[in-house]
Amino acid sequence: MARVHLETIRKIYPNGFEAVTPTSFDIPDGEFVVLVGPSGCGKSTLLRMIAGLEDITEGTLSIGDRVVNGVDPADRDIAMVFQNYALYPHMTVRRNIAYGLQNRKIDKATIEQKVQEAATMLNLTEYLDRKPAQLSGGQRQRVAMGRAIVRDPALFLFDEPLSNLDAKLRNQMRIEIKALQRRLGVTSIYVTHDQVEAMTMADRIIVMNGGKVEQIGTPHEVYHNPASTFVASFMGAPPMNLLEARFEDGMVRINGGTPVMPAPAARTGNVTLGIRPEDVRIDDAGDIPFHVDLVEELGAHRLLHGQLGDQTFSIHAMKDEPAPQGATRLSLIPDNICLFDSETGKRI
Amino acid sequence: MADTTHTSENTVARPRKSIKWGTVFDHTVLILGSLFMLVPILMVLQTVTTPDLETIKNGPGLTIGTELDDNFAKAMFQASGFSGENTGTSMLINSLILGVGFAVGKIVIGMMAAYAIVYFRLRFATFAFWLIFTTLLLPLEVRILPSYEIVQQLGMLNTYSGLIIPLVASATATFFFRQFFRSVPNELVEAARIDGAGPVKFFIDILVPLSQTMIAAMFIIMFVYGWNQYLWPTMITTDEDMYTLVRGIKQITQDLEGTNVPEYGRANMLALIAILPPVLIVIFFQSWFVKGLTESDK
Repeated sequence: MARVHLETIRKIYPNGFEAVTPTSFDIPDGEFVVLVGPSGCGKSTLLRMIAGLEDITEGTLSIGDRVVNGVDPADRDIAMVFQNYALYPHMTVRRNIAYGLQNRKIDKATIEQKVQEAATMLNLTEYLDRKPAQLSGGQRQRVAMGRAIVRDPALFLFDEPLSNLDAKLRNQMRIEIKALQRRLGVTSIYVTHDQVEAMTMADRIIVMNGGKVEQIGTPHEVYHNPASTFVASFMGAPPMNLLEARFEDGMVRINGGTPVMPAPAARTGNVTLGIRPEDVRIDDAGDIPFHVDLVEELGAHRLLHGQLGDQTFSIHAMKDEPAPQGATRLSLIPDNICLFDSETGKRI
Repeated sequence: MADTTHTSENTVARPRKSIKWGTVFDHTVLILGSLFMLVPILMVLQTVTTPDLETIKNGPGLTIGTELDDNFAKAMFQASGFSGENTGTSMLINSLILGVGFAVGKIVIGMMAAYAIVYFRLRFATFAFWLIFTTLLLPLEVRILPSYEIVQQLGMLNTYSGLIIPLVASATATFFFRQFFRSVPNELVEAARIDGAGPVKFFIDILVPLSQTMIAAMFIIMFVYGWNQYLWPTMITTDEDMYTLVRGIKQITQDLEGTNVPEYGRANMLALIAILPPVLIVIFFQSWFVKGLTESDK
């Protein structure tokens, strides 16, 4: 169990590509942090640098009170769960879990006891003598977890561990991993490109894009107060609606003139207005015309996709709210509107 | 094989129609092919059971004789040559040592070379690999005189090491293992690193067991290759107790030119014994062989 501290960590590959721009953050003891971003955003590289599988080009990484830049992965007191499980196919589940301990020259009785503990915790007891090929995806993932648990590491690293599972199993394993992490209280860093996983599992989310950290915050903050248009459009399904708007006469106007909220002091010119689909109401008395092209029925709620002026727009409607087709009118909840600089995409 | 095709053909063509000429043609080809392979062996078998005198009088016949055990005893235990040390048994042992030593040596060296090339950040690793690969263009026959000279200078004539070591480096094995190692997922290496397995441990604990099927496949190929070596053993071994089977058979037929009756039965018996181990190895390792060259269980 340990605090993790990154100080201007940077990664430049030999071919000159800067995969991670100087990044600093701090993970307190026991926190579950999710690194999320589209593929190629540098999140896996960052994780692999923390694991010691990639060299750190610049910066300092400490786990606990120890700077571990040059330390071998095996000596960093970490455990890692890989996307494709990375189980040793020729070893039984028992040996897979025990292998890391054997290499540390721990005596056999202790190993056996730890393996049993982990197996009980993960419901793997009856599979201990099977080979990975005889297990289902979820079970394999649990073996990979077991391999991590028995080492009592200071830090868990997860590299997209659920992306090879089907949707149902993924939801289940998500809860299991989260519960396990809570129970063990081990600091964890979890990499995923799935924003649902990020939202549901994280104590704090780090959103990355193009090798840069876009925002660090609790799931609530990241969702409701995105720091940039990138975060706004990446988090949430469907993403936040982003509309081109203008500051005019002290108001924020969309759709060529309709005022939606008062502008912050002394602003003029273009702005990007962001609003979550659930912060929009179908409202016959509303002053924004909207054309619904498509309704997605999702049981508990519906998604209405269509055109607001010449821009695409989505609305989230609960099952007992009206779901009109074709032309209708809307109103926005002004308190929940986020404004972004149209040039930089940063929050105003 | 022919059997299964036959039954499935039957069930499909149950309502009797005209003869399928395509099928007839296929089977003719198959039957001719198998005869082509089998008849020589059947002839050998027949000769082995027949007294030599009869063989020389009538040529190969259809009757099975009674000399099988006699010929077997002669082939295995009676020495040919001058020293009386190259019995069939000793030649069989020599051949086995050559075949196994050859196969094991090639596998060990090939695997280690491939391991170095694939898993370590060596400068010029690719270049080194292609350099190894080009040695395929220089088979033993091309470099046999210098090779002989080196072995002779090292005093390794008439030794097993002289038979095996000069031929043990193998571009083929290195190539196959390289391809195989490159298909091993990288996460496995990383997981092992995090689990604290160093290069040697990773090789022995993980890579070697993973390569089982590949090793089996290589073993077959290399064993048969070693077993069938003729030219090199002929050059390196002059002591009769170092003769291998493949070379010893020739010795027998050669010995008995002149007025004596050639020992057809004994020579053919030896030939039979000589083809047996490779056949057994292929039968035994067959399923692994196919697996090793086609699929991978990772």
